[in-house]
Amino acid sequence: MRVAIASGKGGTGKTFLAVNLALKAAETQTTLLMDLDVEEPNGGIFIQGDDAEIHKVTRAIPSWDPGACNLCGKCISWCKFNALIKLGEMILVMPPLCHSCYACSELCPMQALPMEQQSLGEIRHLKLGKLDFTESKLDVGLEQSSPLIERTLELADELFADKELQILDSPPGTACAMVSAVKTVDYVILISEPTPFGIFDLNLAVETVRQLGLPFSVVINRDGIGNNDIYDYLEKEGIPLLAKIPNQRKIAEMYSRGEIIYQQVPEVDEALEQILSKLRSLS
Amino acid sequence: MKEIVIISGKGGTGKSSICAALAYVAKEEVVVADCDVDAADLHLILNPKNSEVQDFYSGVIAEIDPKKCIACGLCQQICRFDAIEPFKKAYRVIDMECEGCGYCYYICPEDAITLVEQNVGKFLVSDTRYGCTLVHAHLKIGADNSGKLVAKVKSEAKARANAEHKAYILADGSPGIGCPVIASLSGADYVILVTESSKSGLSDLKRVQELVSKFQIPSACIVNKADINPGVTSDIHKYLTKNKIHHMGDIPYAEDFHKAIAMGRCLIEENKERWLPIFTDYWQDIKEKI
Repeated sequence: MRVAIASGKGGTGKTFLAVNLALKAAETQTTLLMDLDVEEPNGGIFIQGDDAEIHKVTRAIPSWDPGACNLCGKCISWCKFNALIKLGEMILVMPPLCHSCYACSELCPMQALPMEQQSLGEIRHLKLGKLDFTESKLDVGLEQSSPLIERTLELADELFADKELQILDSPPGTACAMVSAVKTVDYVILISEPTPFGIFDLNLAVETVRQLGLPFSVVINRDGIGNNDIYDYLEKEGIPLLAKIPNQRKIAEMYSRGEIIYQQVPEVDEALEQILSKLRSLS
Repeated sequence: MKEIVIISGKGGTGKSSICAALAYVAKEEVVVADCDVDAADLHLILNPKNSEVQDFYSGVIAEIDPKKCIACGLCQQICRFDAIEPFKKAYRVIDMECEGCGYCYYICPEDAITLVEQNVGKFLVSDTRYGCTLVHAHLKIGADNSGKLVAKVKSEAKARANAEHKAYILADGSPGIGCPVIASLSGADYVILVTESSKSGLSDLKRVQELVSKFQIPSACIVNKADINPGVTSDIHKYLTKNKIHHMGDIPYAEDFHKAIAMGRCLIEENKERWLPIFTDYWQDIKEKI
């Protein structure tokens, strides 16, 4: 079973929940944790080991062959992403803008834009007992995270399809990156906090998950800050509340040090137990 | 006119709260732009009124006319995004998967494919109770092109700032280092990095600063929740010195952040005595450094 931990708002505790849930689950069952927040992955701060396996990920980008090009400029009019520009007698390729659609390369009458592999990022894989952990990191300066997310999910299908539980730490937001991660799962856990920001962004995430037709429930983190409006919201929308995690300064302190929390804070352990028993009832 | 962008790498570090408090002190000197179009929250504090709303179109997706389609399958073969599938003796586009590259449109021998402009969201120009104009936006769910919507918010903010003779644009950015962040950095004059005292905060700060340095924009940093982990805070300070990032100050972990948001207020409205001097100094500092 594959589960996504997602949220509209950043900083609500996605990585905290994903890491602790995965480690607890891996006490009894084979578990895969994928950190798919490829722009700013942090799972590796909490899950460490020496013998990480690195998978380099590349993607295809056109490269200009000045010898073959007749400067007709058609490629520039074809490219919907403005990734090609003509500068004097030269065609410049702007890799961050390229979506690797191959149109310019394959339509070019002179075959002057052959595709070449360029680095996109890397996937680190670590094995610790029953837990397999992958962390995907996008090269700084690249714009699109979806291709790396998709490549990681392909790798998971190849190597880890047999894992009893697959937990996916999604990127924040509700744009293309979040959707490309979440659309492949069986169940979604949305995590939010009881503030107006939390409600507003949770609502966006709820609409997204509903549009994708996925079953989901909500975990409220930092219960006790802000106010109770979020619980009224859940009730009004008929959304199940899966667990609450209390606001405690000591949790923030442990998290800041990169520590695992559920073994130290009984309320967190209890919340994880509730979540895992829900997931077991589904699979 | 100078453009100040507030970003953080990591989400939830207090970016929007800090942006709102700066807007409170900067008041009539600024136009505020909420560039976090994916999860725009600033309006929950600034409480915009009299909004002018406009739809925003960007990018295209392909559409296949089943009457013209001869089911040759060429479009499906060349599509790198698996966005085309057979359907009732013809082919159809899976909207969610289509990148809008247009390759199928160019290659279709029967001209059965059209490219349809996408409404990816809306942007708004509003009045706020602080007296500054707010330009903000809402991206549609799952939409691509958030970078273009950010660029639109910024260009609109610029036009307003010019028309209103404002010296500064204050932009609240989004988490991460991808397309919306890159779009919010392009053309910026000064970057304020808001980080938090945690290993995750520091790790994300380093990646976002690596991006900022590619743009060669001077940056400054505020360390939020600085007393949560004094060791990491001191590592952050060392990192700032080493990378010549101006250290604006540390803010201790404060319940006021949540309390203020819960009341739809900025920090200064929540506790004027405590926060007004701090943010007045920050704003002065920003203006001197730019």
